[in-house]
Amino acid sequence: MTRPLLALAALLGLAVALGLAVGSAEHPTREIVLEIRLPRVVLGALVGAGLATAGALLQALLQNPLADPYILGISGGAALGGVVALALGWTVGLGASTVPVFAFAGALGTTALLYWIAAAGGRAPPHTLLLTGVVFNAFASSVIVFLTTAVDLSRVAGIFLWLIGSIRVVDVWVMGGVAAFVGVGLATGIHGAFSLNLLSLGDETAAHLGVEVATFRRRILIATALMIGASVAVSGLIGFVGLVVPHLLRLVIGADHRVLVPGSALLGAAFLVCADTLARTLLAPTELPVGALTALVGGPVFLYLLRRELSRLRV
Amino acid sequence: MSTPLLEAVAVRHAYGPLTVLDDVDTALRPAGLHVIVGPNGAGKTTLLRVLSGVLRAQDGVVRLRGRPIRSLGRREIARELAIVPQELLVPFPYTVREMVAMGRAPRLGPLGREGPEDRRSVDRALARLGLGEFAERRFPTLSAGEKERVALARALAQEANLLLLDEPTAHMDLGHRVHTFEWLREWIQEEPELRAVLVVTHDLVLAARFAHELVLLDHGRVVAVGMPWDVLTPERIAEVYGVEAQITRDAGGRPALVALRSLIRYGAGTDEADC
Repeated sequence: MTRPLLALAALLGLAVALGLAVGSAEHPTREIVLEIRLPRVVLGALVGAGLATAGALLQALLQNPLADPYILGISGGAALGGVVALALGWTVGLGASTVPVFAFAGALGTTALLYWIAAAGGRAPPHTLLLTGVVFNAFASSVIVFLTTAVDLSRVAGIFLWLIGSIRVVDVWVMGGVAAFVGVGLATGIHGAFSLNLLSLGDETAAHLGVEVATFRRRILIATALMIGASVAVSGLIGFVGLVVPHLLRLVIGADHRVLVPGSALLGAAFLVCADTLARTLLAPTELPVGALTALVGGPVFLYLLRRELSRLRV
Repeated sequence: MSTPLLEAVAVRHAYGPLTVLDDVDTALRPAGLHVIVGPNGAGKTTLLRVLSGVLRAQDGVVRLRGRPIRSLGRREIARELAIVPQELLVPFPYTVREMVAMGRAPRLGPLGREGPEDRRSVDRALARLGLGEFAERRFPTLSAGEKERVALARALAQEANLLLLDEPTAHMDLGHRVHTFEWLREWIQEEPELRAVLVVTHDLVLAARFAHELVLLDHGRVVAVGMPWDVLTPERIAEVYGVEAQITRDAGGRPALVALRSLIRYGAGTDEADC
């Protein structure tokens, strides 16, 4: 059980080393490595871990291997929360953590809404959830457009920059906040990993095997929203990490959540650090948004999985 | 009469305007192999869900060893009661061993780490169902009958003394069906004071052959309950199932049922009018 995790940790180590060694400066100074690349690598790792773990938890919760924070509109809900805070210029005494807290609230609201719709018919078929995600994403973007037209132009650029998924260097307090949100979410997921196995077989089966389903589900929903809210708050919309990473792991190390949840965190971190390194070096000195890069990989993978899932349902 | 290990008293439940259970009493007694039969929509699965405590009936009470089931936590219930549901939807490629190990859930610590005792229990369950060579296979690749054996193995690994099984042999071949009922009987005899099994099935032949007590359910009511030869009469089979049946005695004096022809005539009235 620990061997695959050690291998994944080694992989993350390699990704971090690569992220620190590679960049647009040909002869990086100590300052460049420690003050520019290191924070960015750390933040990329945190966001990647958060998104991938959130994907794994959502998939178990919704009994649906196609669930992903971005596809289901939860990232969109978090973005909406963040934009509300940015557009209105509110701080409500939260200072630098205003956007993360609003993004968390948006993520939590969307997850709860999604669950409420999914639960109406027992186990929701994959397309019902995807449809909900599409509709909610459209709704969230229209509200975001509405909000941005209502505020003065000087803020609009900032908002759009924030929405495009990219890893930005933030101050150390915000970084600490993201680490705390992702850490609590991940710890909750690891603690409940075995119950996630049971919950992935359906609410009733989980109850038969001793899980207090309503309480446990609430806890997982909050953990998911924490990780997505924190990730979106600092990096905007980065899609498909939560879909691709757990899926790849299931093929290699199996579906047991006791390995899958910590494994998703490690591989998600390694994946996003690599993707971000690529994003900032591929067309250097121009930077690609890393969200565009993950979608480039994730989009086709998602379509392939959707096709496979649908043909499985037909049998 | 011995005290019931699990009982439902005066249970009444409706889904909207449709009454599914209407004043039903049933009880699992020590060493009992109880079988519930009845046509589609008779309320069998609902009764099982009420007995397992996941569905709270609108009226009536369920007691597990004398204590109201609604006063117990799920973990506590899961140590006493193992349930095999009618269908098992598994969205992820768990191995057979992982599926069976999930039965250990009510006995594991918070991180779900399995100890040697848990592994032994899973091995025993796998062996009893003949699944040893399947242990590392991915569950979704199994046939429907093999999946049913995995579900039974999981219930065994739970090491609860009461089993509630909803059509556990629906997709099995004849050999595995008979084998299932045989090992259920053996399993009960290992701890006759503590153990009992309730099986819902459509297989009247095996029900008659193996049940200690047969419950015939129709339209949410208990039509008949007792020894198989008291419950299964040609008149009742005709009335409840709409089948003309012949009932003989096998060598052991148990009823053996042969279905002769259906008495169901959809839209019979209009046919006559047309002629």
